[in-house]
Amino acid sequence: MTTTIRLQREAFDVAAETARMTRGRTDVGAVVTFTGLCRAEDNGEPIAALTLEHYPSMAEAEIARHVEEARARWPLLGVTVIHRFGRIVPGEIIVLVATVSSHREAAFAAASFLMDYLKTRAPFWKQVEKATGPAWVDAEATDNAAAERWSVPPPRRHEAAK
Amino acid sequence: MKLLYFAWVRERLGKAEEQIDPPAGVATVGELMAWLARRDEQHAYAFENPKVIRAAIDRSHVRADAVIAGASEIAFFPPMTGG
Repeated sequence: MTTTIRLQREAFDVAAETARMTRGRTDVGAVVTFTGLCRAEDNGEPIAALTLEHYPSMAEAEIARHVEEARARWPLLGVTVIHRFGRIVPGEIIVLVATVSSHREAAFAAASFLMDYLKTRAPFWKQVEKATGPAWVDAEATDNAAAERWSVPPPRRHEAAK
Repeated sequence: MKLLYFAWVRERLGKAEEQIDPPAGVATVGELMAWLARRDEQHAYAFENPKVIRAAIDRSHVRADAVIAGASEIAFFPPMTGG
């Protein structure tokens, strides 16, 4: 399996990233991409931009742990996670999760799992620029609930195959 | 040991990191937060509600009852809002 994890300030091209995952391969039947974008509002208030702060060494380690977990749960051929940090304006990409597998079920499930964990476990914090000044974004209870649904692990595929 | 602070915890403290040497009675992450809160006004403000603060020891998430002995880097931060 090919894994790419990048934390970067710069914008990136989603099509180029997914093309790189499938180039020269004939065993790939499914590519699922989730792209998270910056919206122009937060809780109904307009924002000019957001700034993502992160804990670099832990973010890389935490994402790598969850990619390993996804790989143990589903038969994946590739995973790419790219998360930006720094100042991001509405319309720009914040995060990409792309999963590649022979069949769609694994690719869909793994992408959803990785996004839910990125939201609640990866050490990133959003601060938005409102008319009243900068404000830290509060964690969403719905994000925690979304991550919780993965906490009862299904049989690992290596065990299930026995 | 080295402490790292992020987001509003960092802002309330006015610094991103510091070296500390807690006394022997401070054994867990929760006790460390209580000890830090007694240091000065900034620490008291940052740690006024320890229940909402998350911690990591050497780049892994831990709970408040985690033992700090042997840790080289402990980070404190609010709930994460990435993705």
